Order: sequence, then C-alpha cells, then structure tokens
Amino acid sequence: MRYLTDRKRAVGKGAGHSGTEHHWYMQVSAVALAFLLPVWVYIFGSALGQGHEAVMATFARPFPAIVTGLVLFVSMRHFAKGAQMMIEDYARGHTKKALVIAAISLSYVVMATGFYALVRIAL
Amino acid sequence: MLTSILTRITGNGLIVGTMLAVWWLLSAAVSPEYFAVADAVATSWFGDLVFTLSAWALWYHYLAGIRHLIYDAGRGLDIPTAEKLGWACIIGSVVLTVLTIVIV
Repeated sequence: MRYLTDRKRAVGKGAGHSGTEHHWYMQVSAVALAFLLPVWVYIFGSALGQGHEAVMATFARPFPAIVTGLVLFVSMRHFAKGAQMMIEDYARGHTKKALVIAAISLSYVVMATGFYALVRIAL
Repeated sequence: MLTSILTRITGNGLIVGTMLAVWWLLSAAVSPEYFAVADAVATSWFGDLVFTLSAWALWYHYLAGIRHLIYDAGRGLDIPTAEKLGWACIIGSVVLTVLTIVIV
C-alpha cells in the first residue's frame, strides 16, 4: 500500500515543475503592464525627439521615473518568462538550458542598465 | 492560428525596441555627447522603423494578452467569438498604432 496520495505524487511534476506559478505570474504582470504601458508610451513618446536637457528634465521628475522603473522591472520579468516559454517549445537539452539562461540574463542586463540610467538622471 | 503565433513574435520582438529605448536613456544619463550619438540613431529612419514596428507589436501583444485573459476566464472560446476577437486584435492594433503616432 502506498502512503502518498495520488495528488501528493503529482504535485511539482509538471514539465517545468512550476508551470502554475509561471502562468499566474504572466497573468499578474500582464494586468500590471496593461495599466502601466499606455502611460509609459505617452511619457517616452513625448520625450523622444526632444533635446538632451528636456529629456533629462522629464526623467528627473518622480512620476516618469517611477513609471519607467516599474515598466522596466515588470516587462523584463514578463519577457524573461515569455521567452523561456518560447525556447522550451522549440529547443531541447543543453541548447534549451543555454538559451533560457541567456534570455533571463539579457532581461536583467536591460533592467539594470535602465535603473542605472534613471538613478544617474535623478541624482 | 496566425493571431496566436503573432502574439509570440510581437512579444519576443519587443526586446529590440526596449533595448534601443534603454540605450537611448542610458546615453542621456551619461553625457550630452553620448546622447547626441544615441539620439541620432533613435530618431533616424532606422529608429523610426524600430519604434513604429515596436508600437504596433506592443499594441498587438497588448490586445492579444487581454484576449488571453478573457480565454483564461473561460469566456469567448466558441469559434465565432474567437474569430471576432482575433480580428479585434489585428484591426485594433493598427488603429492604436496610428493613434500613438498621431498623439505622441
């Protein structure tokens, strides 16, 4: 007689071992981005094409800076997990692992670069 | 079918526009000279192309994402409604892209 229930044996045995959490994060970040992005597109679109001083002044203000920081963080986490899904569908074995690591790393590089820029503009 | 794979292509493709935007922001933070270089690229025909395509990709992915949330709620899964939602994504994304170009 097995003492573990069927459910207990099944928990955590999805393809990625964390599929539900992954899917839930994509839903949460999608809703967050649905609110953030129209605002950010307006901020960025208005700043693009202006001179250096105007761009610095825009992103030195609290609201544009905070929205940009939030968009960077949430969108890059959303991208990393989305790219991971795509890679897992098309690649296998070590190639898959290498590509997933590369995608996640790229997302953090973009995030860090943006944060650095925002902090430097703010100071 | 087409609208589904387009969601994936637009979502992952958006990393290109994001990288250009972040590089442009970084250059502004570093120095006026560096900004002149990045701004020249970002406002050139190449930059216009990347940001215009990114705007469309963003709005398409945005609408397709909302459609996904509707499907996940267990609604709109019958074929006529799903077809209509697909067209809404395609037409809506073009309309929103034009609006974006006009407004910003």
